[in-house]
Amino acid sequence: MNNNINLTIDNIPVTVPKGSTILQAARQVGIKIPTLCYHPDQAVKANCRVCVCEVEGSRLLQAACSQPAMEGMVVKTRTPKVIEARKTILELILAHHPQDCLNCIRNGNCELQDLAAEYFIRDNPFELKRRGLPKDYSTPALFRDPDKCILCRRCIDTCSVTQSVNALGLQNRGFETMVVPSMGLDLIDSPCVMCGQCIHACPVGAIGEVEEIDKLLAALADPNKVVVTQIAPAVRVAIGEEIGMQTGELPMDVFVAGLRQLGFDYVLHTNFTADLTIMEEGNELLQRLNEGGTLPMFTSCSPGWINFCETYYPDLLDNLSTCKSPQQMFGALVKTYWAEKMNIAPENIYSVSIMPCVAKKYEASRPEMDDSGYRDVDLVLTTREIGRLFRMSGIDFTQLAGSDFDSWMGAYTGAGVIFGASGGVMEAALRTVYEVVTGETLQDVNFTVTRGIEGIKEAELDLAGTTVKIAIANGLSNARILMDQVRNGESPYHFIEIMACPGGCIGGGGQPITKANTKRVERIEKIYAEDEKMPLRKSHQNPEVKVLYDEFLHEPLGEKSHELLHTHYHAKNKKYL
Amino acid sequence: MDYKEILAQYRDLPGGIIEAFHAIQDEFGYLPEEAVLEAARGFAIPVAEAFGIATFYSMFSVKPRGKNVIRICESAPCHIAGATEVIAALERELGIKMGESTSCGRFALEFTECVGQCQGTPVITINGKPYTNVSPAAIPNILAEYKQA
Repeated sequence: MNNNINLTIDNIPVTVPKGSTILQAARQVGIKIPTLCYHPDQAVKANCRVCVCEVEGSRLLQAACSQPAMEGMVVKTRTPKVIEARKTILELILAHHPQDCLNCIRNGNCELQDLAAEYFIRDNPFELKRRGLPKDYSTPALFRDPDKCILCRRCIDTCSVTQSVNALGLQNRGFETMVVPSMGLDLIDSPCVMCGQCIHACPVGAIGEVEEIDKLLAALADPNKVVVTQIAPAVRVAIGEEIGMQTGELPMDVFVAGLRQLGFDYVLHTNFTADLTIMEEGNELLQRLNEGGTLPMFTSCSPGWINFCETYYPDLLDNLSTCKSPQQMFGALVKTYWAEKMNIAPENIYSVSIMPCVAKKYEASRPEMDDSGYRDVDLVLTTREIGRLFRMSGIDFTQLAGSDFDSWMGAYTGAGVIFGASGGVMEAALRTVYEVVTGETLQDVNFTVTRGIEGIKEAELDLAGTTVKIAIANGLSNARILMDQVRNGESPYHFIEIMACPGGCIGGGGQPITKANTKRVERIEKIYAEDEKMPLRKSHQNPEVKVLYDEFLHEPLGEKSHELLHTHYHAKNKKYL
Repeated sequence: MDYKEILAQYRDLPGGIIEAFHAIQDEFGYLPEEAVLEAARGFAIPVAEAFGIATFYSMFSVKPRGKNVIRICESAPCHIAGATEVIAALERELGIKMGESTSCGRFALEFTECVGQCQGTPVITINGKPYTNVSPAAIPNILAEYKQA
């Protein structure tokens, strides 16, 4: 049986598998049809209508995103009728949109702005009607600007289907329709976990990160402040996308040099505390396995995931590793251990982290995160915000000589690097736990079964005669599947890694606007390529981590570790789930 | 009857949440927040979705309102027949504006689209019962029976 469909689009013959849409067929032969509500990783919504085309024999224009291709179909995508309809649709959308592009966080990176330019919208015949809805700055991580919303519903799809967080929904009907957090409340009162995936889903500037660039500029200008930064594992592979380079193209040493140009006094690396996390978390796992602790143990690096667990699975908080995330371990150490080692007064240190994440802004603001005696992390900037700073500063990265990380909290191994991808924490833990338990050297450090963007991955590992079962989930709807198993007493696993964002941190809510999962896959490849090139690829080989234990912490899970590197979790008791 | 009991009657019905909302509204005059939360739990859907349903249909109200809901048709035939004067009379008689409820909790004033009684414009409905050929002078009499109830 032939499962192919033959049609012509703009006189070009196309053959596509049965079930393909006109849009898919057009893209196959390089015909661009504009879209707004369409998202390649989501279900078809067909509500914006901007993708309309003429289909021979059909009286009405058809939406290319939803209309299945049919045998012998003749499609025209560029007729005067089509162009006029698309222009009118855009004009109607724009008549309800503030058109405040110059002041918008998405200026220059907005799908509606792009289409308005492509369809040369000039004198909109429709009167601009602003809804006058207030902005929502209730969370420290992300804001909503519902006046800019074009009601495509991509954020609702991401929040409910991809993440199963269900923070967003619709209110009212017709012209009164709005996308709102549960019960029309502020975002902070909804189940929102601040993962920020809705930011990537939004075609316009209706959702964004809470920008804090000004706080950095003030700190850099303050002569009394020693501004220290940490870079999260997933940032380097994506930052190039913000400054006109390819994914993964900006070398780490040039990135460091760029940060020094901005005025940072010291550049250190979250990869260092990623390696440290493995030392603490790996030993915590062994302790739980040997002493009958709560299993399966869940990783605790992803603050969106922590929020999700505290919101939807408060009964499973004992399963969470007590390890703070690498960001917060770094924060606690930079104003204690590092300050002492560098002979810098901790009260003068301004600790900035550069994160692929918006939930990290919330994590740093948690009241308990002050174990150093100060705010452990003073400021969290996203990859996008650092990208803006680089662009504003006019740094020419092609002319910049590389620079090394500063000492004592700047060294890292390949195990720290792969924290940025889903499965990376698990693989890094296995590399270390295997050697600790068996006393043997791991011949092949690549546990490839843990890699990739697949929603749930699982594996078994033989640890000196004991079979350890592991699972990895990325995206919170996948996490939910594993959590329900645990709740029902049906989980076969000992150790579960969860990353809130699809693909892991490389797809975090603070990364360059990510329009499709294919971009996440590309970043994952660059992460493992970086790991391959590292001379050291196991966390316990990190020379500076060794010094930290020798001189300061003394042993994993020791007294100092518990004081600075471990934490507890709290049920959120949210009402509007 | 509390929300849970009402909801239980419609739980196994396809799309039963809409019927349940009607039943709750008949009892309480509107859909209180706790009822929407309870419905979300009962029908195992997110609160955001239950709220979407409760606000999508114009016959549901998520705000407290008077027990007797008076709706005035704002479609063209009633408008031409003098709906504006009827509205003025209702507002005067009840001492409230359109969209408001009386402080005693007895009456609410709302607009509606055509209710299909164009043979006798202007039309108002009270709790779904239509009154046709309504004149401003007839308002006190019409309201009287609801004032006693």
